[in-house]
This record gives sequence, structure tokens and C-alpha cells, in this order.
Amino acid sequence: MKIEFSSPLSNVENIIDSLKNKEGSLLPILHAIQREMGYISSQAIERIATKLKQTPAEIHGVISFYHQFRTSPPGKYQIQICRAEACQSRGSRELEAHAKDFLAIDYHQMTSDKKFSLDSVYCLGNCATGPNIRINDDLYGRISNQRFEEILSNVDRELK
Amino acid sequence: MTTKIFIPRESTAISLGAHEVAQAFTHYLSDHDIDLKIIRNGSRGLFWLEPMVEIETAQGRMAYGPVASADVASIMEDISQNILHEKPQSHALALGLTENIPYLKKQTRLTFARAGITDPVSLDEYLALDGFKGLQKSLALSTQEIVTAVVDSGLRGRGGAAFPTGIKWQTVRDATADKKYIVCNADEGDSGTFADKLVMECDPFMLIEGMIIAGLAVGADQGYIYLRSEYPIADEILQQAIEIASAAGYLGNNICGSGKTFNLEVRLGAEAYICGEETALLESLEGKRGMVRFKPPLPALEGLFGKPTIVNNVLSLAAIPFIMSEGSQAYQQYGTNRSRGTLPFQLAGNIKQGGLIELPFGSSLKDLIDNFSGGTASNRPIKAIQVGGPLGAYLPSHKLDIPLDYEAFSKASAVLGHGGIVVFDDSVDMLEQARFSMEFCVVESCGKCTPCRIGSTRGVEVIDRIKNDESRADNMILLNDLCDTMIDGSLCAMGSMTPIPVRSAFTDFPQDFFLTTQESNHD
Repeated sequence: MKIEFSSPLSNVENIIDSLKNKEGSLLPILHAIQREMGYISSQAIERIATKLKQTPAEIHGVISFYHQFRTSPPGKYQIQICRAEACQSRGSRELEAHAKDFLAIDYHQMTSDKKFSLDSVYCLGNCATGPNIRINDDLYGRISNQRFEEILSNVDRELK
Repeated sequence: MTTKIFIPRESTAISLGAHEVAQAFTHYLSDHDIDLKIIRNGSRGLFWLEPMVEIETAQGRMAYGPVASADVASIMEDISQNILHEKPQSHALALGLTENIPYLKKQTRLTFARAGITDPVSLDEYLALDGFKGLQKSLALSTQEIVTAVVDSGLRGRGGAAFPTGIKWQTVRDATADKKYIVCNADEGDSGTFADKLVMECDPFMLIEGMIIAGLAVGADQGYIYLRSEYPIADEILQQAIEIASAAGYLGNNICGSGKTFNLEVRLGAEAYICGEETALLESLEGKRGMVRFKPPLPALEGLFGKPTIVNNVLSLAAIPFIMSEGSQAYQQYGTNRSRGTLPFQLAGNIKQGGLIELPFGSSLKDLIDNFSGGTASNRPIKAIQVGGPLGAYLPSHKLDIPLDYEAFSKASAVLGHGGIVVFDDSVDMLEQARFSMEFCVVESCGKCTPCRIGSTRGVEVIDRIKNDESRADNMILLNDLCDTMIDGSLCAMGSMTPIPVRSAFTDFPQDFFLTTQESNHD
């Protein structure tokens, strides 16, 4: 179906309308809105609640349960570092410390230029070739501190 | 016919540069006007060799790996000068015939027979290698005959709990309802596991076929694959495969002209480990917080939207096409004791040769490490091996003789689980690993049971006090008691199994808790 995009909130409404008749439609709706808008705004929550005949508190309860859903805008590049055991055995604890130091932010924060946000993730399923990171939808294996810096400058050549 | 060259489109290979390598080949071929066809295949699961490039020859496929873009020109020269003239490979990255690589040759590949051989979304290639043969046979059987075949195969749930798959199917088949569901648990959250991902990225039609057969067996017309969102490439490939299977009449309202209906949809999780627990998964599929449900009622009787539901792991469903096409006996003949068939082990962590190793149950963990790992990546001695994901025990290097079967692991207070094996060298601090187990439980607990929700937070604090030598002996007693409370007072494995890695850490590595061996044995 063709979705007409005129304003951000009409996008949200179109997304909800196109998905709301699915069984258990809330997660597909939240994913689609976050993919489109980058996050799920409080106005979007209101619209979802109205159209699904739930309360905004119920929608918020679902959003807050899942690590992936966010209610504020992320950085242009969302970096996730795998914290799970297989990556730990290959030095991810050092990588985490380096990444925080290099970007001068902690987990769940964003650089002041809004280019990078940093989050942890528990397993990217790339456990034979850790440590691993994911930047938006791209997965990178065997990340040394140096390769981390190279990848970041590659994904955004204006970094420096 | 144009010779084919194979470059994986599987996520580990991609994470190590497979797309760039494929692009470099494309450029080389067009610049030099060479007529070779690039196929983006799955992965064989030999991850230390990825990106592994293969070329078709009269003898079989010849491999190179691990290949970087910079190697492409010299590999192409080797191909042009040697392989295309039927001369042996002569290149630093040459691996010879893929089938003869010992890591692959030593395996028993039933579920992973096609992985890495085919283009994952080529229906023709799937059909040419026995694809949908199990479905065709099932369509000629009664529902009870299908269920009986699965019971007789001895297949047990590959997600971790190892419940007999056929018994679950029987329960759902025998339930009376206007609607039933098949749910595939593809929320493979255990660290050190990637077998589900490999199935979905390398042989998605096999999973689809397994789910259709499950639908036929129990009378369900709707299936969902609950896929973790950390696997975007698996999502992309599954979506393509479902579209192709639907267009070819394997899914939809008239499966292969039989008049039977089965529809299938992928639903994404949203980064919540607990949604790998079957009842939390069902809540999530219903559009709710992934809170664990009480059992009973069993999901087999009151599952998704209150309807009888099969919830099976990817590997369980992926084993079905083989069982139905080759017969229960063909599957059941592999394995040991009550663990029948094969388990795709996943060798990960600090090892040289990580990858997918499908073997019959029964060999020892030590054999597996000795025969496949190539030693630690760091060249330091092995100190601990965690088997079965974040809720599995850490085994010390002197306890590796344990046979790889469900009961043997259970007897050793360990967990075989989904078959993930994570190796740590001697630089690991086991107190920190125990602390991490508690911390992981803090982050991932659904919050329903107090011992899991609050106990894990207290666990982190108690371990910190032990680390800082604040009343160490007293706090060890407290930690042990806390483990008991979590085991006894939690509904699901999250809270009741987090103590397994914690206890194994202080029991088998007392020195890291500043204890003598005697002090650690107080239970």
C-alpha cells in the first residue's frame, strides 16, 4: 500500500493504520515508527494508544520493557558494543573502556555533535570472531581499539 | 557453462569484509573481461577462514581464505593460471578442496548439510539437494503419522530445555481448538551461540519446511518466527525466502496443491534476552511486555492468544525435514543414551578456529576442543569454558572429560543448552565473570519474581564486598544463600539458573574469590 508522507505525525498515523489489524500489532508498529522517526515520541505514543484503544501508560510500559525502543532521538550512528561472555573472552571489556574514552561519553549517551550514540548489547551472534560491534544495521567483527577508530572515521569522514 | 565463484552473504563473513571482497571480485572480473559468475552463498561455518571464497572445479569446490579485498587480484591470477587449467592451487590462502578441510570432514552434517553450499534464497538449489522432500512425504501421511515419526526420532528441544519435541507436538495435535499456532523461537540470545542464525541465513527454506510440517502435524495454519532484532541479515534473507516459498505455492492457502493452509510471518524482538523464554516470547508476540507466565497452563494447550501453540527452537524445527525425508531411524541412529541425533555445537570465544561443529551427541567436550579449536587465540592456556550460554556453568580445564549429552551435563550441575561453547584463557578473573552473571540478570530479568529482580542486584553487591574483602567469609555464605533463594523462588530459568555460573565460579575457581578449596565447599 502507498503511504503518503506529509508530516511526521501523519507518517505515524499511516504506519499505525497499515499495521494495526495484525495480530499482536504493537511491536511491529513500534519497530516501524522507530525505523521511520529514529525514536518514539510522546505524541506518537498518544496516537498509538488512541488507535489501539489502550492507555498511553500501557504503550509506555511496553516501550520501556525493551532495550531497543527509545523515546528520545539517537545519534546519527548508533554504536552498540557486545558485552556478552564470548566477546569478553576476546577483550571486549578493554574495547568498552576505549570506546567510552574515545567518544568521551558513557553508555546510553550521545556525543555533543549528535553523530554517535553508544549502547551495550548482549550478543550479536558473532561469537567466534569477537569483540563485535554494530553500527546501525552493520556488524563488524574482531574489533581492536585501532579498528574501532578506523571504522568510526570511515563511517563518518568528517569526524575529525 | 560459466564457472561459479562463491562468496558468502552470511553475517560473520560480512562482518569480516565479505561484501568488500565480492565487490573487488566484481571489479576485477569486469576490468579483465573474465566470464565467471559470482554466487553469494551461505557460510560453511568455518569462521576463522571467513571470508572464504570458493571456486567450482571438476573435482569439487576449491577454497581460499580468509580473503581480504587486497588478495583478490592474486587469487584471480591463481584461478586463471592454475584452476581453470586443471592445475593445483598455488596461493598462500589456498585451502584445497573445501570438502576435505578436516574441520568440515570430521563433522556429521544432517541439519547443516546444505549450509554454505547453496545460495540461501535459490529454491532450485534447495530442491536439487532434497529440499521439500520431507514436506512431500508428510503431505501423504496422517497427522498422527507425522507426530509419531517425530516422537520416534528421539528429537528433543534444541533451545536448551531439551523437552521431547514429539510429545509437545502430540499435545498440540490432540488439543481441540478453532485456531492453533506454530511459533519458532529464533530469539537466540545466549552468548556463544549462532547456529539458529546460520540456519536462517544459510538454509532458510529448511526452517520454513520444518514449520509447514509442524503446521500439518497439529492442524495449525499460522506460523510466526520470533526473530531477535540483533540479526538484521537473517531477517532480510528470511523475508526473501518466505516470499519465494509463497510464490511457489509452498506457503499460503493451498500448499503444493493439497488444499491445506499455512501462512508464515517474521516478527522482530526488541533486545530482551528474556523473550527467549517461551512464555515471555508469547507475551511479546501478543504485543505486550515480555513478562514470564505461570505454567500451567502449558503453551501447548493455552499458548499464543490462548490457543494451542507449538513453540520450538529453530534447530528443532530445522531437524524436521531430515527426519521426515530420511526417516526417524536415520536420525535416531546418531547420538547416545537419551540424547539422539546430532547437535550443532558452536565453538566460540578465545579460540583460533571458531565455528559451527555438527556432531552426534556423545563425544567429550575435551575431544571437541582438542580436535577443532586449534588452541586459544591468545596462545595462553585455557582456564574456563562456559557451555550453554550465560546461564551455563564455567567448567575448569580439568573437568572437560564430560560427555556431550543432556543427562551427563545435568549430572555435573552444568548445562548443555543450545550447544554454545565459550573458551576463556588464564587471564579471565572468575569473580568478575560471576559478577557479570548477576549483572546480566539485573539487566535482563523481566521483574516478575522478586528473587530474580532484586536478588540479582543484591548478588552484584555481595560479590563486590567479597572482592573488596569486606567480611568475606560471611558474604560467601550470603552469596550461597542468595543462590538458593533465586533457584527456589524464580519461575523461569533466568532467575533459577543464574546461580549455576555463579556457583561454578566460586566452587571451581576458589582462588579468584580469595578462598581456599575447603572454604568454597560449604554447601
